[in-house]
Amino acid sequence: MLLVVEQFLNGLQFGLLLFLLAAGLTLVFGIMDLVNLAHGSLYMMGAYFAATFAAWTGSFLLGALMALGATLVLGIVLEMTALRHLYGRDHLDHVLATFGLILFFNEAVRLIWGPAGLALPLPAWLTVPVPILPGIHYPAYRLAIIAVALLVALLLYLGVMRTRIGMLIRAGASNREMIGALGINIKLLYTLVFGLGAALAGLAGLMQAPILTVQIGMGENILILAFVIIVIGGIGSIRGAFLAAIFVGMIDTLGRAFLPNLLRQVLSGAAASTAAPALSSMLIYLLMAIVLVVRPEGLFPANRR
Amino acid sequence: MKAFSVSKAVTALMLAGLVLLPLYSHLTGNIFILTLFTRIIILALAAASLNLIMGFGGMMSFGHAAYLGIGGYAVGMLAQEGVGSGFIQFPVALAASATYALVIGALSLRTRGVYFIMITLAFAQMAYYVASGLARYGGDDGLTVYKRSDFSGLINLGDRMQFYYLCLACLLGVIFLIWRIVNSRFGLVVQGLRSNEQRMQAIGFAAKRYQLVCFVISGTMCGLAGALLANNTDFVSPAVMYWTRSGDLMVMVILGGMGTLFGPIMGAVVFLLLEEFLSQITEYWALIMGPLLLLIVLFGRGGIMGALGRAGRG
Amino acid sequence: MAEPLLRVEKLVRRFGGIIATDNVSLEVASGELHAIIGPNGAGKTTLISQLTGHLEPHSGSVSLAGRDITYLPAYRRCALGLARSFQITSLLLDFTAADNVALAAQAHAGTSFRFFANARKEKGLRDAAHAALDRVGLLHRADVVVSRLSHGERRELELAVALASKPKLLLLDEPMAGLGVTESQRMVKLLQELRKEVSIVLVEHDMPAVFALADRISVLVYGRVIASGDPAAIRQNEDVKRAYLGDQHVVTHHG
Ligand SMILES: Nc1ncnc2c1ncn2[C@@H]1O[C@H](COP(=O)(O)OP(=O)(O)OP(=O)(O)O)[C@@H](O)[C@H]1O
Ligand SMILES: [Mg+2]
Repeated sequence: MLLVVEQFLNGLQFGLLLFLLAAGLTLVFGIMDLVNLAHGSLYMMGAYFAATFAAWTGSFLLGALMALGATLVLGIVLEMTALRHLYGRDHLDHVLATFGLILFFNEAVRLIWGPAGLALPLPAWLTVPVPILPGIHYPAYRLAIIAVALLVALLLYLGVMRTRIGMLIRAGASNREMIGALGINIKLLYTLVFGLGAALAGLAGLMQAPILTVQIGMGENILILAFVIIVIGGIGSIRGAFLAAIFVGMIDTLGRAFLPNLLRQVLSGAAASTAAPALSSMLIYLLMAIVLVVRPEGLFPANRR
Repeated sequence: MKAFSVSKAVTALMLAGLVLLPLYSHLTGNIFILTLFTRIIILALAAASLNLIMGFGGMMSFGHAAYLGIGGYAVGMLAQEGVGSGFIQFPVALAASATYALVIGALSLRTRGVYFIMITLAFAQMAYYVASGLARYGGDDGLTVYKRSDFSGLINLGDRMQFYYLCLACLLGVIFLIWRIVNSRFGLVVQGLRSNEQRMQAIGFAAKRYQLVCFVISGTMCGLAGALLANNTDFVSPAVMYWTRSGDLMVMVILGGMGTLFGPIMGAVVFLLLEEFLSQITEYWALIMGPLLLLIVLFGRGGIMGALGRAGRG
Repeated sequence: MAEPLLRVEKLVRRFGGIIATDNVSLEVASGELHAIIGPNGAGKTTLISQLTGHLEPHSGSVSLAGRDITYLPAYRRCALGLARSFQITSLLLDFTAADNVALAAQAHAGTSFRFFANARKEKGLRDAAHAALDRVGLLHRADVVVSRLSHGERRELELAVALASKPKLLLLDEPMAGLGVTESQRMVKLLQELRKEVSIVLVEHDMPAVFALADRISVLVYGRVIASGDPAAIRQNEDVKRAYLGDQHVVTHHG
């Protein structure tokens, strides 16, 4: 029971982190029609910034805030110098150019911070276990992640659904010419949207940093998960990204936790322990395959074009 | 009759260079260059196979490195289980790649555009994780191939020169096949589908069927590259199918010139030599390579073949 | 009475709130040239696309020579003898004119799962392509890449491609759209000849051409067939005069 609740919360927490990453990716794709592989690099940069700034200032929170600002700025700079020139080009061009950016970021990090990973220690008040149910404790920090991510998701939802900027964003996703005709500064809007996406990725990275080691390439595997989420959720749809992210987070976490035991019930011990790791890492992709067979456009395709 | 063209001349020069390279290596005693070019040729083979679906078929696969792994693991796993014969290893490698391509292709081709890019990427990543989970075959650390594929005296893969020429023969054979395919009925259909799928459906072609077959052919060819690669490095690990390797293959194709016969070879040679060269200047070569890619995308339409064609026209 | 070549029954297709095809029933007899006219946005292209399988209807049925084809994919219908031209030219831009036509011929001449022999050297296919090109007066442009053809030439090529698949029923979506006067006249002459060999459904805004060519005319307004009959009857029909000619400003406005 204890394990189930704990893994369930772990799944939720992982899913929410994935959402932060996928939301930026899907926004940028939905609005600017840009496939940004380097999104994972922004996630990595968020983590590196946080570890560095926290060490400088001696404060976790201050470091995190500064890191958030730094990824935002980095995103904006990246958009203005490089990615802006890719709008309207072939998707293949996006893939290649941003692939180049990944190489660049990974190497830059290696140059600046060295090949070894960094650690981002948590302050004591975030490491205490919090009782959530009678007899069940859960780390405060992971609860904090859940709370922050939920809050951001809510703000994002309200922002996109209820505000003027959000309306523009939605209009942009469905009709690029229209906002142009309304006399809105598209360039600025695009830069801001990209910056927002970068900040979200950075937030995911810096929150994940204390749990995993901060290392080169940390953004790549999780980026591919974010792709899977977008494919499942439907490209350009925030709601789809949210639901798919939770779903994928849960399946992945619960699969890794419980699949080996489940397999042991049906297979011999040796066979189970060989098959389990492979199978549990395949789980999400199997899920994606199933969604593709049933709904090739994803579960919640946004009404684009 | 077409007149002299720069791209043809450069291509011929490059091919001649590849054929004569072992001679140079033998005369100068420079073994390194032979090893380097064996690798280049194998990856050129992989790039050529990718070019078949990407350049001619318009299917932007971002998961092509999976076949390198599948072909490689087929050789490695069979070797570990005591099956050393290349006559078994290679067919199994090809069959395994074809099967994987059939399944992945059938699923991925339900989508198009960016979805297709992302999905092929995701499936290749799945293959990567599966390989990492193969505890019996080294898991993350990979699998050493202690004995190269045995072709019972027909050809000795342990001999550098023989192995080099085997790889070159495979590459040229595959290029020849692609050339025939591209101009065949099947090839015209596949290229027509790249150009305008709606039109092709309207004149009576079942689009997906042709694309899937093309996808499988391409995957099988790349599986061959995988089998050769495992023999070349005497080792296979999940890293050969990591997604950056798929990205490298795409870069080679685009750099050389998508949808041209010899472009992928050109792209592989230039890309890998550049990598080699930069890594000798600085440890941080990717710092240069990354932005270089960006610039190539922004300014280098049509790749090297495109540039040579323009140079030829003056 | 003999089974009509094409029978459309109670076809319905919606786009969001718009009913683009509203309970359309039609029959096209073998050998007939059946024109479909109607103002812009009446649903003519939508109807054609459902006949060819590029668009699925929400209800109703389409049958060709007595066989229900409502849910057959486009390529299967083509094999059964349906061919179309597109209102907005849809060709293989990076192929030559001859290649475009030869591919259409290839689709109907044995399997295309041939991987080795050079298809461009297959005499049968090339001859068929050249014949179709000759038919539309494009033979001299056979080896020109489509992206270098003029608009008018592309319209003619559309027709040649459709012809090369040796259809029983030809669906032409505004073959004269955007043509100059002489080009239009050539096209009308060509259609005059073709109608002797193949049944045709012709969507066209050019009224003189329609009335000169058609055996029967159906008038589509807001997705509905408001009248169907021979040209003389349509000319006299009060509903048509009111609804269609009353909407004439729509034609001039958008067209
Ligand atoms: N793919 C689509 N999505 C949404 N609405 C569509 C779509 N295709 C057509 N429509 C709508 O359906 C109606 C019929 O369009 P259709 O193109 O069939 O008209 P048409 O008679 O061919 O007009 P025209 O003479 O301009 O070619 C129009 O209101 C159009 O806006
Ligand atoms: Mg129309």
